[in-house]
Amino acid sequence: MTALSALIRRDIRIALRVGGGALIGVLFFLTVTVLMPFAVGPDLALLTRLGPAILWLGALLASLLTLDRLFMADHEDGSLDLIVMSRTPLELACAAKALAHWLAAGLPLIVATPVLGLLLNLDGTATLAVALTLLAGTPALTFTGMIGAALAVTLHRGGLLLAVLVLPLSIPVLIFGVAASQAAITGPLSFGTPFSILCALSLVSFVVGPFAAAASLRHGLD
Amino acid sequence: MSLIDLANPTRFLALTARVLPWLAGATAILLLIGLYQSAMAPDDYQQGATVKIMFIHVPNAWLSMFVWGIMSVASLGTLVWRHPLADVAAKTAAPIGAAFTFLALVTGSLWGRPMWGTYWEWDARLTSVLILFLMYLGLIALWRAVEDPSRAARAAAVLTLVGAINIPIIKFSVDWWNTLHQPASVIRMGGPTLDNAFLIPLLVMAIAFSLLFITLHLAAMRNEILRRRVRSLQMMQANQKAA
Repeated sequence: MTALSALIRRDIRIALRVGGGALIGVLFFLTVTVLMPFAVGPDLALLTRLGPAILWLGALLASLLTLDRLFMADHEDGSLDLIVMSRTPLELACAAKALAHWLAAGLPLIVATPVLGLLLNLDGTATLAVALTLLAGTPALTFTGMIGAALAVTLHRGGLLLAVLVLPLSIPVLIFGVAASQAAITGPLSFGTPFSILCALSLVSFVVGPFAAAASLRHGLD
Repeated sequence: MSLIDLANPTRFLALTARVLPWLAGATAILLLIGLYQSAMAPDDYQQGATVKIMFIHVPNAWLSMFVWGIMSVASLGTLVWRHPLADVAAKTAAPIGAAFTFLALVTGSLWGRPMWGTYWEWDARLTSVLILFLMYLGLIALWRAVEDPSRAARAAAVLTLVGAINIPIIKFSVDWWNTLHQPASVIRMGGPTLDNAFLIPLLVMAIAFSLLFITLHLAAMRNEILRRRVRSLQMMQANQKAA
């Protein structure tokens, strides 16, 4: 347990320090959201309608872009080999790393959501709904994305290949995240149904993600 | 004769060399019978002659999912049993599966044109098959990203198994998304009420396409084994020259 909490604390500290790059995700999120009105026009009513979708897409892409940092830096300086060889089960170590990554790179996105909601003319309940769905959904993005990050690090490839592999897997999260936000804003559906499915997706990814990532690290590293 | 005996590539090549002509012949005969029966099948009272697209479309759609299942079993073979031919089977199945998925999409959209008035409809089934197609392409991209086949094999095996878990989840979410955004406006044939005049040709075509897949897959596996032998011979030659 102490090993895992030490791992989490170490990862968060590295991510927040100079060269960590966790907060670049928030900057990217902001930039993508600012770009959208240029593409669809500054029509406030239209932006209100598209707002949740824009925020969800922005958060999805931002969390995808920071993913290849998850194992790459540790692989470069050799600490990933130590983690693989250590007595802590690799599945738990992977889960701890993903949790740390989500705390450092995923939570800031949710904190930034209310500000970006203002830019998209979303009212209080809508912003709250989007922030809540992001809180429930982004862990699933991180934990499924971790599988792609583990594959990419064993193959010494990243970037576009990672995106191509991970994006189709994140479709369910996107569907239920946007659906829950829309349900809270306009109805006719209740907010609870898609939101609980979103939570279920996150829980499933907690189970599947660490095992698949650990399998690919164990078989792939040499 | 068990799976372990086939672990020897030479024995596999010898066996498949004997089996393949029979398989190819059976495939051709069944395809001819199926196509003839499909052509002779009566027109649908609503859809007219376009209903015959179904005899090509449905077997392709079945196989698009069946091939992923085959690849998942082969991936288990790579990761768990370390069967030497498992990664050959997984690698060669991917392009064939992608081709079946692509054909299912194309025939579906051609069928959609007279039925729905548009080539593409964000219908739940079409959309989830499109995502399946994207996943096949991602898998092929993964295979092609790495030179060392055994290294690529283990990565692709993990991705295939994750995909096997995720495909039902994606299918379910797309269905849900579709019913939310678009009321059911699509006229389709009721599944179990399919008349025998349609059902028999459809089954024949399904068996014919499955045989076609097995034939193509075995032939592709032979090619892959030979390609790997050529590659290692070339590397040996290059080493000798260097030495």
